[in-house]
Amino acid sequence: MDFLNAHLLTLILFAPTAVALLVLLLPARQVGVIRWVAFIGSLAPLGLSVFLWFGYRPAEPGFQFQEFVPWYQAIGANYHLGVDGISVPMVLLTTLLTSLAILISFSIRERVRAYMVLFLLLETGLLGVFLSLDLLLFFVFWEAGLVPMYFLINQWGSENRNYASLKFLIYTMGGSLGLLLAIQMIRLVVGSFDLPVLYSQWNLLKGTLFGVPVGTVKILAFWAFVIAFAIKVPIWPFHTWLPDAHAEAPTGGSIILAGVMLKLGAYGFLRLLLPLYPAEAHDFAGVLGGLAVAGIVLGAFASWGQKDFKRLVAYSSVNHMGFVVLGIAAAAWARGSASSGDAVLALNGAVLQMFNHGLSAAGMFLLVGVLYERTHTRQLDDYGGLFALAPLYGGILIFTSMGSLGLPGLGGFISEFLVVRGSWPIFTLYTAIAMVGLLITGAYILKAVQKVLHGPVNPQWQGHSLEIGVREALAISPLMILMLAIGVWPAWILNMINAAVMHLFG
Amino acid sequence: MTFPILTIIIFTPLVTGLIILLLPAERKGMIRGTALAGATLALLLSVVTYFSYDTRAGGYQFVEKVPWVPEWGISYHVGVNGLNLPLVLLTGLVMFTGVLISWGIEERTREFFAFLFVLATGVFGAFVSLDLFQLFFFYELAVFPMYLLISLWGWPKMREYAAMKLTLYLFVGSVLALVGALAMYFASGLHTFDMLELQQAGFSSAFQRLWFPVVFLGFAVLGGLFPLHNWSPDGYAAAPTAASMFHAGVLKNLGAFAAFRVAVMLFPEAARFYLPWVVVLALINVIYASLIAMVQTDLKYVIGFSSVSHMGLVMMGFASLSATGILGAGLQMFSHGVMTALFFAVVGMVYDRAHTREIPQLGGFAKKMPLAAVTFTLAGLASMGMPGLSGFVAEFPLLLGVWQRYPLVAILAAIGVVVTAAYILLLIRRVFFGSMPAELEHHVGDITVRDKAAIILLAFILVALGVYPGWMAPLVQSGAAAAMKVLGV
Amino acid sequence: MPGLLDLLPDIALLVLAALVMGLDLLPRSQGGRWLGLVTAVGLAIILALSLYASLVPGPTQLFGSMLRSDALGHGFRLIVLFASMITALVSMDVPGVGDRGEYYGLMLVSTLGMDLMAASSDLVMLYLAIETTSIPLYLLSGYFREERRSVEAGLKYFLFGAAASTTMLFGFSWLYGFSGQTSLAGIAKAAATGTLPLALWAGSAVLVLVGFGFKVSAVPFHFWAPDVYEGAPTPITAFISTASKAAGFAVLLRVMLSVFTPVITPYWGGIIAAMAVASMTLGNILALAQQNLKRLLAYSSIAQAGYALVGLAAHSPLGLAGTIFYLGAYVVTNLAAFVIVIVVSRTVGSDDLARFGGMSRRSPGLALALLVSLLSLAGIPPFVGFVAKVFVFAAAVQSGLVWLAIVGVLNSIVGLYYYLIVLKVVYLSPCADEGKPMPVPVPARWALGLTIAGILVVGVISGPWFGWAMNAARVLF
Repeated sequence: MDFLNAHLLTLILFAPTAVALLVLLLPARQVGVIRWVAFIGSLAPLGLSVFLWFGYRPAEPGFQFQEFVPWYQAIGANYHLGVDGISVPMVLLTTLLTSLAILISFSIRERVRAYMVLFLLLETGLLGVFLSLDLLLFFVFWEAGLVPMYFLINQWGSENRNYASLKFLIYTMGGSLGLLLAIQMIRLVVGSFDLPVLYSQWNLLKGTLFGVPVGTVKILAFWAFVIAFAIKVPIWPFHTWLPDAHAEAPTGGSIILAGVMLKLGAYGFLRLLLPLYPAEAHDFAGVLGGLAVAGIVLGAFASWGQKDFKRLVAYSSVNHMGFVVLGIAAAAWARGSASSGDAVLALNGAVLQMFNHGLSAAGMFLLVGVLYERTHTRQLDDYGGLFALAPLYGGILIFTSMGSLGLPGLGGFISEFLVVRGSWPIFTLYTAIAMVGLLITGAYILKAVQKVLHGPVNPQWQGHSLEIGVREALAISPLMILMLAIGVWPAWILNMINAAVMHLFG
Repeated sequence: MTFPILTIIIFTPLVTGLIILLLPAERKGMIRGTALAGATLALLLSVVTYFSYDTRAGGYQFVEKVPWVPEWGISYHVGVNGLNLPLVLLTGLVMFTGVLISWGIEERTREFFAFLFVLATGVFGAFVSLDLFQLFFFYELAVFPMYLLISLWGWPKMREYAAMKLTLYLFVGSVLALVGALAMYFASGLHTFDMLELQQAGFSSAFQRLWFPVVFLGFAVLGGLFPLHNWSPDGYAAAPTAASMFHAGVLKNLGAFAAFRVAVMLFPEAARFYLPWVVVLALINVIYASLIAMVQTDLKYVIGFSSVSHMGLVMMGFASLSATGILGAGLQMFSHGVMTALFFAVVGMVYDRAHTREIPQLGGFAKKMPLAAVTFTLAGLASMGMPGLSGFVAEFPLLLGVWQRYPLVAILAAIGVVVTAAYILLLIRRVFFGSMPAELEHHVGDITVRDKAAIILLAFILVALGVYPGWMAPLVQSGAAAAMKVLGV
Repeated sequence: MPGLLDLLPDIALLVLAALVMGLDLLPRSQGGRWLGLVTAVGLAIILALSLYASLVPGPTQLFGSMLRSDALGHGFRLIVLFASMITALVSMDVPGVGDRGEYYGLMLVSTLGMDLMAASSDLVMLYLAIETTSIPLYLLSGYFREERRSVEAGLKYFLFGAAASTTMLFGFSWLYGFSGQTSLAGIAKAAATGTLPLALWAGSAVLVLVGFGFKVSAVPFHFWAPDVYEGAPTPITAFISTASKAAGFAVLLRVMLSVFTPVITPYWGGIIAAMAVASMTLGNILALAQQNLKRLLAYSSIAQAGYALVGLAAHSPLGLAGTIFYLGAYVVTNLAAFVIVIVVSRTVGSDDLARFGGMSRRSPGLALALLVSLLSLAGIPPFVGFVAKVFVFAAAVQSGLVWLAIVGVLNSIVGLYYYLIVLKVVYLSPCADEGKPMPVPVPARWALGLTIAGILVVGVISGPWFGWAMNAARVLF
């Protein structure tokens, strides 16, 4: 038990890799075996993250379950892991969604082994970002997650996958470039990559870095971080890679992309930008808030205008992530001031929204995928009246889209409410516009549901069985349960988030 | 009397080559077996030496010194430190995998391996030389086998041209450097060619500034510094696979390493004066070569230009005159060597089956040679600097070191990394994925066990260094620190 | 009698010549190939004798200061004897010369002349020696009476040689006139007093240089070389290009450095440097266009003379040692190359480069040997040519003639180019009689083995050899 506690994070981090290696050794033809081994294997990190959840003590400040091993001493980078109340939900989200995505990916028929291996390696990359307490390690995992995703889109995606995957990769790598340079600058100025060291030393820094005052260096690093994370979240107008990547990726890939990868950017804001740059963030918050709102509104409009179901859901991510950014912006602005209580609320909302969006976006993409499997089209006009042909599916779709819409009683409402409630006193105008965006959100969600489920039955599907399968239903049920649980009784997660937010920003 | 392990490493290939020459030409199996045995021995000894080096003690170890031409102060003087020891290991690796990859050579097998091994001896000797004359001796020894290897076993379309161009270019560079070395010999008044002693010579500033460009550029030709890189892409393209592996993996590194060891460390004052220019040239390498790589349609040329680009990074690291930069450059030499050797090995496998290297005519190779596709992709990711692989482990400190003096250059160089990503991924997709053209469908089969062994070994090294840099970084760091002391920076 | 030991090799040569020609008169059933063997073995014995003689200290002046017995003379004698031995070995299987007693006899007489040239310290002796060397060579060049080329070669050699000798003799007469002495030492002393105008000494130097330049085939006295080399029987070409040239250098070194040095150093240093540059450049450039291997090697040897002259231009002990070492290296290497040419042209029937195509497939060993010798000429390690070039260029750098060293290295590159072209043809070009092995006669194998071994051994373990060159050089400094 001690071993488990001492190395829990490493186990969570590398369990997927271990499973991947195991899968690699299986013969490529035994597709069924591969699928089940991958799925059951992916339950291991999930189980461990549940264990982590219950082992984490929200009341304690600082990072828990820390592990430290010297790694690349020549430049001062170490293998340093740790979690707090913001990263634990993210870890849980990642492991949960990966398992579900693998379950969904049972419908992949080609080169299953390679697919599963890449998927599991991707999981390690994503987990690594959330667990790292060393900047270089952070960067390593940040980048490492890109490549499996590139291949997943490129090899198992739809018609336009080449373009979409390359755009995804180049765009995000371009952003990471800034990240790399910022990290280097920080290393040169502080002398270490270690985050806790960084937190404590940051404000004590003086002097110059080859002739440039430290202050300027910090600002350069700030903007580099902003751009890198903005591309990832994505913040309007850096979002153009997203619709293509999401739409062209295979279902499992979209689930992870929307459910987890986007959160990396937001996490970066929370972990690096807000703690290190309160002043610059404050100055920048207005712009950030504006962009967030632009994302909310424009994303919503864009969704509304889509004819492709998957692209509709893709743009909805821009829309939902906008709330996350709005919350962060509000918190940046108001931190330490009279409205700091509101700032805390907004921030809580932002983090919860990260979790919720993960659930709802994953669910939506899952359902889109289910339909695509059976109809081989994603055009909304090709659907119609499918409720009759797939009642269970219809019910689930309605439930999930309501969660995406933010219906009270489901998780999305809580987080959006918190963000709005927290930002209203701080950024009144922005919040008002955002609520307009909410209206449009409602509009496009309902439009989608209507086009798919209601109306006269589309003749081409008469007589087909479009009903959701047992496996797929099982896959989406945890998401639905969680959405409901958060919506009805959010305390189980909000406590943890709130404690962390208070420690960091209170 | 310490065991002369370095001498054995240096001469094992030569002795093996001579033995091979004495074997009857038809007994190809015996020839190949002997070659493999020799290569294995050299590799094992390199590994043993590598892991026996005492990093904490630092300095030159396994030193051997024997007077050679005493009237001139020439001695046979060898030793390894943090900078050249990884390169010795690299040479052993490339030699070993090169032999495995060349198993299929049918024509004049005997001479092929003999020349390849003369090349190996030359390179080993040059890397560990601590005497200037000896360095040239082995350096030039390594140049002419390339001529034969390329013109006899290379790509028929342009092998003669490429071989001649390569040999003349390299020869020009080396003889010019030789003249500089002779000037150094006389100006020092120490009547010795021993590099360790010449380091203390204290040449006048004017002397240094006059001769530094001659010596540095003379060696930098072999390193492929812009604009002296012209011999390289054709040389790569025309050479047989093992020769390309050597060319990229070892020879290029030799050029950069020699430029640093001789020009920079013996003329520190002039180095500090001229290196900003070198940085600019190296940057041009990185960006210009990457851009050219993007528009190539011949697979080997893409990789060739990519190699020129990565060597630009190496030279940039050396030119930054910072401990981290030199650390990065040392690691990058190793990483670049392994990764490019791997690239060429796989390219050779593709070419052997498809008989074309034109990218538009290829496709879908992943289905037939999955392991080759995977390892090639790993090498591609390493070349992009993807964390988790050796490329990142090398490029990070390198850029960090360059940052310290020339931040703008570092930024531009980092952009070069993104360009690399673009063309490498496009290349991988077009060649390995997609669908195989109908004409190739039937005669493309999987690679042999030996091929697999070679590329697995190389890929493993890339990953091992990327995941745990601790088995090389401290070593190179000690070498970098020593270099910094000499440079007085 | 004092100094007999030093004279013994010369006497032995004469005896050997007489012996061979006498043995030729004996009636015999088969050919006279074995005469070559006798010559070679005899030369080997004389070589050993000379080696012994050089190690035993003895009087320096012989024949009343006509000859000097010093390290310089001994060194060159050894080189010449070695060259002669190799030539004899390889001549054995050449039709038309190998079985002729007078061929070997003439060769031996010429060798004797070269021997004396290296040791001469008196104008009269010098002239005698040069003529003793040259006249047999004229005859040997034109040995193939039926072949037009050979006759032309012999005649041309004779005419050019006579003209050069005459000019040189004229120069000698001036020297005698100025100093009243024929001994080199005496002339040097007279020159050192500086009573006569510089121009006169310079003039005589130039005249003398004509003759010596002819002997070493340096530009602008090289015109005879390509035609003579091409037309003469190949073993003789080998002999002329190596032994004769070495002997010529010996004389050049000795006279220029002991007589003219104190007087007109600045000027003639420049002249030598100019000759060096001209020889290297012209030789290399003209070699590029050659289609005949013998002519190519002829131009190559003109260039090689240029490289050797660089060491002389440096005008330092190091430079002189470099030149001597270079000559030794060059002789061994060129002999190897020519042995191969002889053997191959026997089989393919021509010396044209194109006919050498694909030789590597018919005889990999010969091709490899040619590779070794050509790369040594180009100056690639681990062959002796590399070390030799490094030494002469180093001497140039040391004396401040960096520009000369750079010209030299650039020329090396041009040289490398055409040597590689030859190798390319040998290895790559298609061959008419693909796969048929080439017969290599036993004596030629020996010759080749000795020379290739020399290239490798002296190239790698160059220290002791260079030490001997240094000893020889110190004689004149």
